[in-house]
Amino acid sequence: MGRIVLDTVTKSFGESQVIPPLDLTIEDGEFAVFVGPSGCGKSTLLRLIAGLEDTTSGKILIDGDDATQVPPSKRGLAMVFQSYALYPHMSVRKNIAFPMRMAKLDQSEIDARVEAAAKSLNLVDYLEQKPGQLSGGQRQRVAIGRAIVREPAAFLFDEPLSNLDAALRVGMRMEILELHKKLNTTMIYVTHDQVEAMTMADKIVVLRAGHIEQVGSPLELYRAPRNLFVAGFIGSPTMNLMTGAIAAEHDATTIGIRPEHISVSATEGPWKGRVGVSEHLGSDTFFHIHDTGFADAITVRADGEVDFKYGDTIHLTPRADVIHRFDAQGLRIA
Amino acid sequence: MAIVAHTSRFGKISRPILAWAVGLLFFFPIFWMVLTSFKTDADAVKPEFLIFFTPTLENYLNMTENYDYWRFAQNSVITSVFATLFTLAVGIPCAYAMAFNPSRGTKDILMWMLSTKMLPAAAVLYPMTFLTKSLGLFDTHFMIILVLSLINLPIVVWMLFTYFKEIPKDIIEAGKMDGVNTWGEVTEILIPLAWGGIASTALLCFIFCWNEAYWTVRLTTTEAATLSKLIEGNRAPEGLFFGRLSAVSTAAVGPIVVLGWFCQKQLVQGLTFGAVK
Repeated sequence: MGRIVLDTVTKSFGESQVIPPLDLTIEDGEFAVFVGPSGCGKSTLLRLIAGLEDTTSGKILIDGDDATQVPPSKRGLAMVFQSYALYPHMSVRKNIAFPMRMAKLDQSEIDARVEAAAKSLNLVDYLEQKPGQLSGGQRQRVAIGRAIVREPAAFLFDEPLSNLDAALRVGMRMEILELHKKLNTTMIYVTHDQVEAMTMADKIVVLRAGHIEQVGSPLELYRAPRNLFVAGFIGSPTMNLMTGAIAAEHDATTIGIRPEHISVSATEGPWKGRVGVSEHLGSDTFFHIHDTGFADAITVRADGEVDFKYGDTIHLTPRADVIHRFDAQGLRIA
Repeated sequence: MAIVAHTSRFGKISRPILAWAVGLLFFFPIFWMVLTSFKTDADAVKPEFLIFFTPTLENYLNMTENYDYWRFAQNSVITSVFATLFTLAVGIPCAYAMAFNPSRGTKDILMWMLSTKMLPAAAVLYPMTFLTKSLGLFDTHFMIILVLSLINLPIVVWMLFTYFKEIPKDIIEAGKMDGVNTWGEVTEILIPLAWGGIASTALLCFIFCWNEAYWTVRLTTTEAATLSKLIEGNRAPEGLFFGRLSAVSTAAVGPIVVLGWFCQKQLVQGLTFGAVK
């Protein structure tokens, strides 16, 4: 079990309040991702749940029990750190066994669980090595191994993949997802990478300056961002946002169109522009279109086969049914 | 462009010469002391016997016959060992708290502790003597251990603090998440990780305790008197007996020189703490 409820939780460092009153429920077995730009309070929120920071006011409930004043070691949560935070003086085996040794489990039980974790994480050959002898990916797996053997109520991940290279990151992302499916344990994952958030989460919590901007499934957030911040943050490349006359035509202060909702043509379309740089991904190509009469360049996603050269004139047609509209406060107009 | 440091030919030759010269300069007094310890008191003051003389063990025999050298040595060992242990027992938790749970006042406390080292010892000589005598602690091991601990605590806390600061906070927090209590954080994680630093700190502390003379001379008479007191006790009213004094000094610094020789690596690390990772 691992239902986590934050009830009007706040956090202040001295005079400055980094988390204003915040309510959030993470259901048992859910994969929740906290995402937001750096300094948005996502790591602080995770550390509050972990107990590594004291809650200034409000309550944190874990499975219905008030855990606000409970020390981290007694909350039944496991955490995976960005820096892996392995014990450098212990072998991989001892690292993984450490939390169980602290919990005073039987040695036979400890051995069995270490073996099982090592097997499922492909660490069997490295059990006697020290963390310093391992690669980044292996170290991260040891950190995950150390977390799973405790059979915690929930896993907390603090940007666990930021120190890995791109290819490894994708692989580890899948491994963590596999683990979630297998264990069906609550996981809270902090990242600044919205691609990680989109691909992993059951529930995304978008944070800005300690405020929750929106909570929802990845597709809810993508399809119906509640405000301009979420609209701009979720999605890669980011949504095209336009103000002025074009927005007024749609009875809005700002309108947003995702790059894939604009079609390109050499000859016809209501908007005309000049092709700037293009990013060829093979399957898709992103064109950055300038001189359209709008304030910012427009990004368009086209099929990988479509070929326009730098400086070509191009015509664009937005899909009218998927235009997002926002009012003067930046809030979504239904 | 990469910056490449070239050592000139002059530098290649002059640097070792300079290093040796400085080394010999520092070594000379010790060498002279050892040499003098094998001369008679009469020979010791004669310039013609500076290097060439008839060596004698007279001074050493005299020392062991007239004084109980081993008791002084034993007192030095007892007070230095226990003072070092006590200092670490207080200093480790103290530095741990300041390194990993700093408060707004931590920097000020550190500065304040260091500032106590700026107080001239002579300024508190009278109150200390009065206090120890009225408490019945004068010339006791307990008092010397306490005084040596208090003298060295500031520098020990500073050194340990610097070492502990180099341990990533994440590792301590991982320990908290893994179910470790504060005691476990110190014994299971902190001490094993900072072992090198703790060892060099302990070593330096031990050396400082061993060599301390101001208080050990003034707060003891016989019972808790250390080797410093033995040296001091050889200042006879009728003049200085250089041969005898040298023998006593050699016997006093000998153990610590040998210890330092074996622990050179740790000592260098300790003396340059914080500077090199």
